[in-house]
Amino acid sequence: MRESIIMKIHYGTALGAVALVAVHILMRMSQKFSDSLQYQNVIANYHFLPYALMLEVLLVLLSVHGFNGLRVILLELKQGSTYERMINYGSLAAMAALIAYGSRTILMAGMGVS
Amino acid sequence: MAERLSNREGIKGMANPTRYGIERVAYWLQRLTGLGLLAYLIGHIYETSTIVNGKIAWNQMLELTQTPQGHILLTLVIGMCVFHTANGIRVMLGHGGIGVGKPGQPEYPYKAASLNYKQRLCIWVSIALAALAMMYGASVLFGD
Amino acid sequence: MAVVETKPSEEPKSNAKTTDQTNTITLRISRSNPSEGQESTFAEFQVPVQKWTTVLEAILYVKQNLDHSVAVRYSCRQASCGSCGMKINGRPALACYTKVSELNSNVITVEPMNNFPIIRDLAVDFKQLISNHKKMKPFIIREDSEVTPESKEFIQTPQDLEKFLQFSYCIKCGLCNSACPTMATDESFIGPQGLAQAYRYVADNRDKGKDERLKIVDDSHGIWRCHFAGSCSQVCPKGVDPAMAIQLLRGYMLGFRK
Repeated sequence: MRESIIMKIHYGTALGAVALVAVHILMRMSQKFSDSLQYQNVIANYHFLPYALMLEVLLVLLSVHGFNGLRVILLELKQGSTYERMINYGSLAAMAALIAYGSRTILMAGMGVS
Repeated sequence: MAERLSNREGIKGMANPTRYGIERVAYWLQRLTGLGLLAYLIGHIYETSTIVNGKIAWNQMLELTQTPQGHILLTLVIGMCVFHTANGIRVMLGHGGIGVGKPGQPEYPYKAASLNYKQRLCIWVSIALAALAMMYGASVLFGD
Repeated sequence: MAVVETKPSEEPKSNAKTTDQTNTITLRISRSNPSEGQESTFAEFQVPVQKWTTVLEAILYVKQNLDHSVAVRYSCRQASCGSCGMKINGRPALACYTKVSELNSNVITVEPMNNFPIIRDLAVDFKQLISNHKKMKPFIIREDSEVTPESKEFIQTPQDLEKFLQFSYCIKCGLCNSACPTMATDESFIGPQGLAQAYRYVADNRDKGKDERLKIVDDSHGIWRCHFAGSCSQVCPKGVDPAMAIQLLRGYMLGFRK
């Protein structure tokens, strides 16, 4: 993938994440902060489908943005084709792993597995 | 050896924010807050995953994170998040060529138009917003 | 030239900045010869300076009177050739363009520019800078550029000229590359000098090579490795403002400019 496309994704995910993080934080502020962290309230959040979907999108946006940012920093620190390939695939794998792990929580909590 | 011959400043030079004005400080803070936020994201996803293990596991995790230290960390994360966002928007617009000045005939003492007061103001506003958000965040977290 | 007369009763203040009295400074010159395995050490010299003495003149005083073996590259002595770039008291600057008096210190430390291989002492190798500059195709690209009997001049208005003129003042001194935080670690990065030159030609309305150049800089070590830290523009001695050029060039790639 061309670097310009990757960086456009980087900017796009940043803008998307800003909006969704704001919603995510506002949800904590809709009641007393400590109450919003109570088990039943958090579970209720996951059971509310639009919010769970938003969390999933937020997870993808932040993982892509965060690990691409890390990739950029690492690419600038050291050069070499093997190293760069390792960083590119490594960050993709890390993105996928974090998304998978976070999605597992959203899915299981949303479907009431816990 | 190769690095010594190439005389590159290395990580020490890249991470030194002291020599080239506030724009370089903003660059350094953007990186630092980005790394901090990524670390927090990973921690937060791990932290929230305990909910699938039931109420006891979730409450145990809350006992671990809802402490004064945890609140200080969260306050820092709020500051990092606000700075990274506000400065990131400035940088993004700058990357598009917005707010970086117009080319023209340079005149002595050759002050760079791209390093203009609007850019500097935005950096200071980002820092101020982060400080304000941290204060508000701390009042909510510690006020509970 | 304005001449300021003082009354006989007025004692001139003792200040090297405002009078032409001679002051003595300590000039610390970094000495090294990496190809011979000689590590960097500092040699100290006492140099007499006046308010107009430049750092280059101080170095040349050392060469003439104290140690002729100091290696330094210089030519025009008037900030036109871009030869005498070095780190002066920790910041990249042209030695011929930096007056000792403006440094406000009696100890001046000169070192070779960072991010360039050292040839010896203060002289650094510009091979990478020149090759990156060449990669940007620093010439007008268009099919009808061959001169034929029917050729006419390329018409350009002053407004057209202003779009790229400032970037054409680059003297390839390398100070921007030396100050750049990405250049500090990324040896494959094109650097602010090359990227600013790419914009210089892209912004020239006689040029038709925009797409070609944008493709060259759209690389994993190209334009996207600039994070707008602005250090390049802080140190540029000619007002080229590479940071502006790079952001304007990126504006084309992000669709903000056509």
